[in-house]
Amino acid sequence: MSAPTGNAVPRPAIFAFNEANLAKAKQIIGKYPAGRQASAVLPLLDLAQRQHDNWLPRAAMDYVAGLLDMAPIRVYEVATFYTMFNLQPIGKWFFQVCTTTPCWLRGSDAVVKTCESKLGIHMRESTADGLFSLREVECLGCCVNAPVIQVNDDVYEDLDAQSTAKLIDACRAGNPPPVGSLGGRKHSGPASGLTSLTQVPAAGDE
Amino acid sequence: MPKLTVDGKVVEVPNGATVLQACEAAGAEIPRFCYHERLSIAGNCRMCLVEIEKTPKPQASCAMPAGEGMVVKTDSAITRKARKGVMEFLLINHPLDCPICDQGGECDLQDQAMAYGMDRGRFLENKRAVPDKDLGPLVKTSMNRCIHCTRCIRFCTEVAGVEELGATFRGEHMEITTYVEKALSSELSGNVIDLCPVGALTSKPYAFVARPWELRKTESIDVLDAVGSNIRIDARQPEVLRVLPRLNEAVNEEWISDKTRFAYDGLKRQRLDRPYVRHDGRLQPVSWQDALVAVGARLRGVQGSRIAAIAGDMADAEAMVALKDLMTALGSPNIDCRQDGAKLEAGNRVSYIFNSTIAGIEQADVLLLVGTNPRWEASIVNARIRKRWLTGKLKVAIIGPQVELTYKADYLGAGPQTLADVASGKHAFAATLKAAKHPMIIVGQGALARSDGSAVLALARQVADGCGLIKDGWNGFNVLHTAAARVGGLDLGFVPGPSSQAGVGGRDVAGILDGAAKGEIEIVYLLGADEIDTSKLGGAFVIYQGHHGDKGAMRADVVLPGAAYTEKNATYVNTEGRVQQTRLAVFPPGAAREDWKIVRALSETLGKKLPYDTLAQLRQRLAAANPVFGKLDETPAPAAWGAFGTSGAVSAAAFVSPIANYYMTDPISRCSETMAKCSAAAAAPPGKTGTHG
Repeated sequence: MSAPTGNAVPRPAIFAFNEANLAKAKQIIGKYPAGRQASAVLPLLDLAQRQHDNWLPRAAMDYVAGLLDMAPIRVYEVATFYTMFNLQPIGKWFFQVCTTTPCWLRGSDAVVKTCESKLGIHMRESTADGLFSLREVECLGCCVNAPVIQVNDDVYEDLDAQSTAKLIDACRAGNPPPVGSLGGRKHSGPASGLTSLTQVPAAGDE
Repeated sequence: MPKLTVDGKVVEVPNGATVLQACEAAGAEIPRFCYHERLSIAGNCRMCLVEIEKTPKPQASCAMPAGEGMVVKTDSAITRKARKGVMEFLLINHPLDCPICDQGGECDLQDQAMAYGMDRGRFLENKRAVPDKDLGPLVKTSMNRCIHCTRCIRFCTEVAGVEELGATFRGEHMEITTYVEKALSSELSGNVIDLCPVGALTSKPYAFVARPWELRKTESIDVLDAVGSNIRIDARQPEVLRVLPRLNEAVNEEWISDKTRFAYDGLKRQRLDRPYVRHDGRLQPVSWQDALVAVGARLRGVQGSRIAAIAGDMADAEAMVALKDLMTALGSPNIDCRQDGAKLEAGNRVSYIFNSTIAGIEQADVLLLVGTNPRWEASIVNARIRKRWLTGKLKVAIIGPQVELTYKADYLGAGPQTLADVASGKHAFAATLKAAKHPMIIVGQGALARSDGSAVLALARQVADGCGLIKDGWNGFNVLHTAAARVGGLDLGFVPGPSSQAGVGGRDVAGILDGAAKGEIEIVYLLGADEIDTSKLGGAFVIYQGHHGDKGAMRADVVLPGAAYTEKNATYVNTEGRVQQTRLAVFPPGAAREDWKIVRALSETLGKKLPYDTLAQLRQRLAAANPVFGKLDETPAPAAWGAFGTSGAVSAAAFVSPIANYYMTDPISRCSETMAKCSAAAAAPPGKTGTHG
């Protein structure tokens, strides 16, 4: 990894929050005591990334630095430290596949393979149409429903090759399925259906 | 005052001291990379681990406060094993390129790996590779060697006051970078080279030039500004190869400015290495004998009042006193050491020195800068001001150029009018000064080198008197000089003297130039004076004595080649009035000679033989001229307060700093290729490279 280099996507020279985000930013900054506004750097960078097609150009980091009265390098340090900030342009659907041990034991290899073959790209790449980006990530904290993929802000769980392919198709169609398990279970309940609490207990039951 | 036991020895350390400091107090050596006395504590290299009884694991001693009753073991099996382990980790990604590394021979990692490391590595995998960074023309990077001690980051952020270096990415991918690939915009950037404990940041101009053990080291003084930074000149054969700082808590601590450190390559260019005499409009090389005879022939029979001498900004006290004596012998009162026309008066020392002393800045609580940009005029003084400002106990205000300093300053106004308001108490800042315990005013040459300079000086004195800058044990009145020779010149009285003719005083620089233009001055002797308008010298016969072929030599009729500051044992007085001496590190090139000897030789040719044959005799004369020269390397004694300056009308014109380009202020730095690159880099628009897609 190193500082981002030239890319086909033009890098904006200037960045500024739109009105709604500026109001939100001011509200966030207001949460911190005077002189400690640098504490707002993470939420503000997140806000900037959301406003800017899910990635952070240098102009946005400079803008946030200006807003918080920080040296730009201090913002670069934060933005590069957290992998959640994308320093390169990213596809509309950002697939982050978990390959940490629990997901891997539950078949994340097949999920990765399906993603790569169906999208025709490898990890850390984006499709030419700018719709999809693929990245391998460490544990997303949903091991109970492994294997999982995080698509933008949402996590899809209980995946296998077929459901992954379906998820990709649905995203391409602009119609992603509801968040959560794609294996049919509710939240993290047993995959084979409820084994306890199968009925509403009668009133007065101890 | 906690008492603790280090290796069986009981030591008592001040409150707030760290275990590492306690170990040092007990005489135990603790290896370290990230810890540095003058920087904040990072605690990230882990090399200083020591065993402390009743702690489960070895502790980083640099970050561990010393506690009452601690029992520290710096040479136990646990400590040794911990160090060995840390060293092995540090070397995992460190290339084994010591033979081609410029740090070799003076590398902390090399030394400590020898002392505390294993005899072999067990890491067989690939080492990581990190792209080198472009930090400008001074600092060369080799980032594979970086061990992430973050000293450079902390130096830039804390001491230099330019938050430009940082650590981006994380873990295995961590990099020290500016991220935007630009030259460090600090005048102190060269110090990161000294701070870097490995060979990641090295000197670009010195790259692959020499090994430390080949160098002859001479302790000397810098004269490129008036701070008098203590330096060490490293030379091999006849060449100065680098300049490093020398510790002096009272002056430069352990920092030097980039000009001090890197302008030395200017010592090899454009040098005057033999005498010249102008024949048929061109300077022709001649022998010393011929040059002196030519001067003697021209001077013969010329009336004293038609002769003048100007001393330049790097003239040493010995040469100046010799020249002054010679001019006196010739009957000329027309001598001046204030090339820029600063309206400072000799005689009253308190009026032209930095009375609070540089170390005294650390007591100040309110500071008023008048017509000065200390960042460029005296970077080391500026660093001291920032150091004090960082404690939160100093409030700074500016009257004069509104410049980017490395600390926040209130802007009061541009010119003398604001100063007059403060002096009369009309301005609200006067009350701030009065309320302060240790108020300071620093008057720069930008406020004094103008026609109303004397009135400005009087106003500054009025501020000092009226706002309580002068109290018992504290003198807050300071003049910041830019020329290394100036205080020495004023101490010697190298200023226009009384004339033999009644009613006509000696001429100052403006008077000399005016007289030369009118033909009233026939002969002008320039002792390294290059910062004057030589076009105004008219038809005068110009003798130039100096070391560089700059403006003065270009105009000269006779050129007498002198020695630069690295080539002579000479006395300089810094802006504080501190008397210090340079030492001869290399010999002057060719036929060039030490400056006082040239004046002495000339005096003999002129039949006005000066009464000193050796440097020791000359220094006796120096001490006789002003007793301050007898006290070497001492913090100057407080000067008595007195009247100075001439009250009068001041113009409305804003103060302008005398330095337009920090990197080129004198004949040496103007000849330096490194300084030329720096000034080009500073002038280039930012963001020229890299990340702009």
